[in-house]
Amino acid sequence: MAKDFEVQVLEAVTVRFAGDSGDGMQLTGSQFSNTTALFGNDLSTLPDYPAEIRAPAGTLYGVSGFQLHFSSLEISTPGDSPDVLVAMNPAALKVNLKDLKPGATIVVNENAFDAKNLKLAHYDLNPLEDNSLAGFNVIMVPLSKQTAAALEGLQLSVKDVERTKNFFALGLMYWLFDRPLEPTNAWLESKFGKKPVYLEANKRALTAGYYYGENTEIFSTRYHVAPAKLEKGSYRSISGNEAVALGFVSASVKAGIPLFLGSYPITPASEILQELSNFKNFGVKTFQAEDEIAGIASAIGASFAGNLAVTTTSGPGLALKSEAIGLAVMTELPLVIVDVQRGGPSTGLPTKTEQSDLLQSMYGRNGESPVPILAAATPSDCFDMAFEACRLAVKYMTPVFLLSEGYLANGSEPWKIPDVASLAEIPVNYWKDTETYHTYARDENLSRPWAIPGTPGLEHRIGGLEKAHIYGTVSYVPENHEFMVRMRDAKVKKIQDDIPDLEIMGDEDADLLVAGWGGTYGSVTEAVSNLRKKGYKIAQVHFKYIHPFPKNTKEVLSKFKQILVPERNLGQLSKLLKAEFLKNVIEFNKIQGSPFKSSEIENKIISLFGGENVN
Amino acid sequence: MSTNNVMENVKLTAKDFATNQDVRWCPGCGDYSILAQVQRVSPDLGIPKEKFVWVSGIGCSSRFPYYMNTYGFHSIHGRAPAIATGVKLANPDLSVWVAAGDGDLLSIGGNHFIHACRRNVDMKVILFNNRIYGLTKGQYSPTSEKGKKTKSTPYGSIDFPFLPVNMAVASGATFVARSMDRDPKHLQAMMLRAAAHHGLAFIEIYQNCNIFNDGAYEPLTDKETKADNVVVLEHGKPLIYGKNNDKGIRMDGMNPIIVDLSKGDYSVNDLWVHDEFDENPGRSFVLAHFADLKDFPTPVGVFRQIQKSTYDGDLFAQLDEVTKQKGKGDLANLFRSGNTWEVS
Repeated sequence: MAKDFEVQVLEAVTVRFAGDSGDGMQLTGSQFSNTTALFGNDLSTLPDYPAEIRAPAGTLYGVSGFQLHFSSLEISTPGDSPDVLVAMNPAALKVNLKDLKPGATIVVNENAFDAKNLKLAHYDLNPLEDNSLAGFNVIMVPLSKQTAAALEGLQLSVKDVERTKNFFALGLMYWLFDRPLEPTNAWLESKFGKKPVYLEANKRALTAGYYYGENTEIFSTRYHVAPAKLEKGSYRSISGNEAVALGFVSASVKAGIPLFLGSYPITPASEILQELSNFKNFGVKTFQAEDEIAGIASAIGASFAGNLAVTTTSGPGLALKSEAIGLAVMTELPLVIVDVQRGGPSTGLPTKTEQSDLLQSMYGRNGESPVPILAAATPSDCFDMAFEACRLAVKYMTPVFLLSEGYLANGSEPWKIPDVASLAEIPVNYWKDTETYHTYARDENLSRPWAIPGTPGLEHRIGGLEKAHIYGTVSYVPENHEFMVRMRDAKVKKIQDDIPDLEIMGDEDADLLVAGWGGTYGSVTEAVSNLRKKGYKIAQVHFKYIHPFPKNTKEVLSKFKQILVPERNLGQLSKLLKAEFLKNVIEFNKIQGSPFKSSEIENKIISLFGGENVN
Repeated sequence: MSTNNVMENVKLTAKDFATNQDVRWCPGCGDYSILAQVQRVSPDLGIPKEKFVWVSGIGCSSRFPYYMNTYGFHSIHGRAPAIATGVKLANPDLSVWVAAGDGDLLSIGGNHFIHACRRNVDMKVILFNNRIYGLTKGQYSPTSEKGKKTKSTPYGSIDFPFLPVNMAVASGATFVARSMDRDPKHLQAMMLRAAAHHGLAFIEIYQNCNIFNDGAYEPLTDKETKADNVVVLEHGKPLIYGKNNDKGIRMDGMNPIIVDLSKGDYSVNDLWVHDEFDENPGRSFVLAHFADLKDFPTPVGVFRQIQKSTYDGDLFAQLDEVTKQKGKGDLANLFRSGNTWEVS
């Protein structure tokens, strides 16, 4: 039966799966991602789903999407504009059409384009019939009917049959992009091993979709994206939230003390709590507290008693934790606070990404309350930065922020699995010596001793009231207060000596420096790389340490005539850079709940070059 | 390991539990008595000094840890039960105590209190209930009686108060008792009982604030009136009170009735016999509710003591169980869980 199809070799493809929030698009997308990762492509994903769990079917606001960029080269973003859209219904088509590349391929479930769904999507005319999609390569597939045919004879409800159509679509995409079915079949075996009818149904739908591509002539071309030449090693696919969880477990192992997580579920941070709750055989204690405050308060208690304590949240939760963070600053206890940022203020955009909690982390407490701030750059970097946050917290006896964001947390990419032996040791030395102990004595790092309850002879009291230098008794002495305020500040600044310098990427002799932080890394890197290939001279730095800034920041910034700071807020890093280095920067801000497209940054850079194309 | 390791060598004294800090409560404050009783009983608990952790929030009584020569954490307003939970889960070998005022524990910290009770974390929660905000200089509290005139209620409070004992029982606390600052012997007895309990032990202490709410409990503590206003709960004993032990409480269905034992209509055998270990919490509610009933005496003593598994116990049991099933965690294996691929 197999026909000869033209096989076109592509360097990179961006695919977006879109449907109702009940259509299983996140699952479909993540299955495609896993298979693609196993196939050896570099990849980056962008799940995009509504805050409502099951919005009414067929509506525009109920559309859930999963975008995936995969390549035979190294890539750093989930792709600007999809080459292929799989739209399960009219609403999914309508919501996503504006994002597509000109001439993109659109695979639609034609069975879903009935009067009711068209009306729900506010289409007066059927877009499949009114020629409005003329600029695209529209492939109409009777997805629902074909799935139903494939599942004939199985004891399944109409609803269950309908719910299986995403696997038909997945099978079809596997055929189109020349991917194997085995990884998804293996996953189905593990998922539905005890429910044979569902296993059979999903396998049948997947296979039927695959052969639908093979046996019909809807596509004249198949596409081949060769494996990427990644650095040698073992890889797995990892999301930012999974990476944070693994980073914490690793830090616990390397520190030789148990991990304690006090947390309250909140989108998009909950997966860290869920992941860590699996790791009980590592001695990991997860405490799902009654609220955000109890989450951090329990972690502070656990830290006082000697555990490696962490708390995880998102913006609104961070607001609730503010007072307790101040307590951790005052009591100088190690604690890592993960903020997986989302659109704000208030409840804001719970499922959308943003970078707008930087100033909250920096200043969102009463009094002079300095806390180190780290920001992860990519999903896999979340592992390194979670580990690093623990290292700094313990070494400097301080709370430490780790800023992630929805896009890193839910997005995934290949992760080169580190060699366990290569991970740094995190020395923990609980204080034991009763002769020399003072609660607020300080070592060369300005850290106070960690003397944990249960240690004979070191009974002491800590708390939120100002304490006397060295002795740690309550002190209202004015000079002591100023001394301690300055001491806490100096301690955090001292971390500068312990973190890497900023590294200038690209053209060191350029006039323009593009300075990103956190989750803008991918888009900025891709934009700078694309333009440099075209002959633009551009330098790039990326801030993963924001408080304190790397030691050479001032020197680096002084080298460039123009500094562009793209960030997804109203200029929070820009404000910090201007305030600390008296350096004018050009702000480039986007606050739309999604990452920068690299083309947006490219266009901004080109405009700074006077709009000239240097070619 | 249990927290009840008997100290074999040196017997500590109350003084060993005092710090060198000047106690800064107002002269005459009921907190002095509570501190003294705690320091007095602490050496008798058989717990090494370094294993005590006192955690508090904010308020006059929350200065308590500074005066106890043990590990201590004077934290932030209302959060002591949550911080104490973290301490206990980090190291279940510690004996964890919370000192809290009525505003701290029941207003700003009410959520943490009820959830600590619900989970039955093995810790002791001591409520210093003076029915007033003292540290902020005299506003009404969540236990102030309705109609109370304070600085923030010049025309009288329009809030109904909480009954802390009911909150604790309803929330699942496994040991619930009440005592008074002016009854040192009884207070010591309650402390010892609470310390011996495995699970969340809650003691409400009626404590006098002689500055902002002086005499709030006078009818219960004054020698002349005490006997007529207080009924002491003792397990297996009938509810008898009164100067001449001539009054008793009997139950008519779920309704308590005061009866006069001197007239011959009722004898001791007709009275409600207190059962601390009653699994049914209903009678504890009725007892606590006496406060709202006209002419009824105020019960002090152990309202309720039941046995349930503790949160900390279950947490560590689960860690052990999963470790037994899966084997001790190995990072290299964990990194490779799920699909991996090689690039060569």
